[in-house]
Amino acid sequence: MTFFESLRHNRRAAIGAMIFLGLLLAVLPFTVGNLLGNSWLRILDFALLYIMLALGLNIVVGFAGLLDLGYIAFYAVGAYFYALLASPHFGLHLPVWLIIPGGAALAGLFGVILGAPTLRLRGDYLAIVTLGFGEIVRIFMNNLNAPINITNGPQGISGIDPINMGGVTLARPIEFLGITIPSLHAYYYLFLALALLIVFVSIRLEDSRIGRAWVAIREDEIAAKACGINTRNIKLLAFAMGASFGGVAGGLFAGFQGFVSPESFSLMESVMVLCMVVLGGMGNIPGVILGGILLTLLPEAFRHGAGPVQMALFGKILLDPEALRMLAFGLALIIVMLYRPAGLWPSSTRRREFKGEGA
Amino acid sequence: MSTVLLEARGVAKHFGGVKALRDVSLTIRQGEIYGLIGPNGAGKTTFFNVLTGLYHPDGGEIVFAGEKLKASAPHEVAARGIARTFQNIRLFANMTARQNVMVGRHVRTGAGVLGAVLRNRRTRDEEAAIYRRAEELLHYVGVADRADDLARHLSYGDQRRLEIARALATEPQLLALDEPAAGMNGTETEGLRLLVEGIRADGITVLLIEHDVKLVMGLCDRVAVLDYGQKISEDVPAVVQKDPRVIEAYLGGAVA
Amino acid sequence: MDIFIQQIINGLVLGSIYALVALGYTMVYGIMGLINFAHGEVVMIGALVALAVVKLLANSGLPGVVIVLIGLMAAALVCMAVGFTIERVAYRPLRKAPRLAPLITAIGVSIVLQNLAMLIWGRNYHAFPPILPNGEHEILGATITSVQIAIIFIAATMMGSLMLLIHRTRLGRAMRATAENPGIAQLMGVNVNQIISFTFIIGSALAAVAGLMVSANYSIAHYYMGFVLGLKAFTAAVLGGIGNLAGAMLGGILLGLIESLGAGYIGDLTGGVFGSNYQDVFAFLVLITVLIFRPSGLIGEKVSERA
Repeated sequence: MTFFESLRHNRRAAIGAMIFLGLLLAVLPFTVGNLLGNSWLRILDFALLYIMLALGLNIVVGFAGLLDLGYIAFYAVGAYFYALLASPHFGLHLPVWLIIPGGAALAGLFGVILGAPTLRLRGDYLAIVTLGFGEIVRIFMNNLNAPINITNGPQGISGIDPINMGGVTLARPIEFLGITIPSLHAYYYLFLALALLIVFVSIRLEDSRIGRAWVAIREDEIAAKACGINTRNIKLLAFAMGASFGGVAGGLFAGFQGFVSPESFSLMESVMVLCMVVLGGMGNIPGVILGGILLTLLPEAFRHGAGPVQMALFGKILLDPEALRMLAFGLALIIVMLYRPAGLWPSSTRRREFKGEGA
Repeated sequence: MSTVLLEARGVAKHFGGVKALRDVSLTIRQGEIYGLIGPNGAGKTTFFNVLTGLYHPDGGEIVFAGEKLKASAPHEVAARGIARTFQNIRLFANMTARQNVMVGRHVRTGAGVLGAVLRNRRTRDEEAAIYRRAEELLHYVGVADRADDLARHLSYGDQRRLEIARALATEPQLLALDEPAAGMNGTETEGLRLLVEGIRADGITVLLIEHDVKLVMGLCDRVAVLDYGQKISEDVPAVVQKDPRVIEAYLGGAVA
Repeated sequence: MDIFIQQIINGLVLGSIYALVALGYTMVYGIMGLINFAHGEVVMIGALVALAVVKLLANSGLPGVVIVLIGLMAAALVCMAVGFTIERVAYRPLRKAPRLAPLITAIGVSIVLQNLAMLIWGRNYHAFPPILPNGEHEILGATITSVQIAIIFIAATMMGSLMLLIHRTRLGRAMRATAENPGIAQLMGVNVNQIISFTFIIGSALAAVAGLMVSANYSIAHYYMGFVLGLKAFTAAVLGGIGNLAGAMLGGILLGLIESLGAGYIGDLTGGVFGSNYQDVFAFLVLITVLIFRPSGLIGEKVSERA
């Protein structure tokens, strides 16, 4: 049974854990901000965005078993949608409650459009085609600045409106019940709320008729059809749902960062999100969240550390910290896959999958 | 006698130059256990695949419960009321036995994304009903004690039974079993025979591909024999058994 | 018609390079059913190692062609070692794991190689020193350089040699058998592990040659050059029919031609809306179209599913 089913069996432990977790999450930004500074708080906010992305991809790869290597395209769609409708670029400044869901819907539509041609493909071929689609989206974003300037090409779109909820902008500190909530903290709570919503939706989907249908398709598509599952529609649904989560995260990203450019949506980003899902524990929601956290925080910790450590040891920077960081990341991928091919926190069924060879 | 449930008329299927099915016509009546036999490669599984929508026929048609079965997608065939098992067992290996059967309920249930997320009354009731029905079917085929084990960890015989349970979960009018007794010993085969008779007693028509002659003779009301893609005989087992064409097909020559 | 012949020539040169790299992909896929994502980086290593050796010897007084040959041999050795190591470390232990695990390790290997290259050779593009004869020849109104002729000739020779190896030698027979059915091949006495290592080694040698060609002809040697090149070469392999050697060669040449002609004419065809900066999109579109409508490729076999 899933992690959450087992929690359901021990109600008290579950409630206790929830309360503890809730308190921890509530004070986390203040702790991090005071101890580690604002740059780490920004990283924490980004971690939440990546968790949303990882959960979205988890539906496609983890539940339905559809290997998508171009997932970041949906993040890009959501981000550019927000950027185009809430910035000086076209002079439009539509409200958040319209463009975040709008971006999600548009991303979902893209999910269906990009997913539709791939339905008969399996495994590696599916991976390559989705990779191709992801790159095509990025190339278009990079080049749609002539003859009509839509995306402003490689320069991207800047001056994007920060997220503004009911007249209260998150770009400035907020006065709330006598406490001053700085901007980064406010974004944290917003992202946390939406991440929790996405977690909630994922959990509900996992343990449902649709969730079972996705796993059935992953296990044996022909048998799934024999059970009356319309595999084409259910697969498209997986793409659409996963993409829409990406779209939400994309819109939030645009409002948070104030600037989007095609550089943020490279293949490496798609790969990164995939690694969060696979390394964390494919199909297992807590594992995927863990993967998201680790793969956002650890590389940053490395980057912050590699420079100073070299200075301390050698008195100067010998090796490019960025290259070192990526090198360590690549090595980590190899090592984790060799020793834990099921991921760091696989679901209990997945762990059983990897143990005995079966009947 | 009873009404005709399924009628195949002149069904043909070829793969490149190989004519897997040539002008196959047969009639299955409601409530009977109908056997489809023939030497290896005769086209029996091909017929199943055409019937259940996995292959599109190159000729002929199939009429099921009075309506033509258009060359349609397998999931639509399941919705029409034809369920099947597979020659090489196609279970959802990494789902539990119970979950396998629950998936079988997909075609008769309707909760979508909204229902899944909101868990409203209707969805909760539907899920509870799915769970109950799966429990019933697991008991019915006799694998209830392995309900929460992964399907791939079940014994071979249990896996075959589980596949039948999953097929029954789709509430079929016609249950098509592809070599359900393959690899079973005498006791297991007897258990299967009782199960199939029980299924028929519960009002489901059964179409059966089998090689086990004793099982076929003891179980089937009528039998059709395929050889090289053609039907060479269709009658009650006792008559078919003595048909010289059938004997020749199996033994490859006249019996001295 | 003015640029047609020129683009054909450019396409043949590009296509020859694609073909050499595509062979590596198709051989590995044929034998292991695995897309070797790290193959493009092997090409990159080949290019950079060869270039480093060439630069080292550039002022030594040796004739340009000799320097290049030495560089080639160095690159081939390094690449063969790299290819061998990749298979042993990242793929062999995961033969029984589900499909996703070797994919992730391959991505990891790719990243490691790219960043090692970045650490060693920096982020800049490295130009090829002008030590090779730069003769130009006219043919049908277009120009072709000596280097380009050499590339086409060398590529053809290598491809021919590979075909001879595969179809006329004992080793080749063992490779074909392993590609068909590793289990049975093993029963027939073939050391499947050795054959797999060999496949990687041969593919990597070809990759080294291709890398040197890219560096010499386009003066592109850069730690990130392997990714797009690898992807396009994989497209070529799929276009021809993955697992099929002749298909890889055909696909490579064809893709080179499509890309060159496309880049040359796209401005005219679309009235200036899309320029040659969309060149990469061609390869991807070809890839996607082939995979969707004819996954078995131009001369590959159809793979059908038995229920």
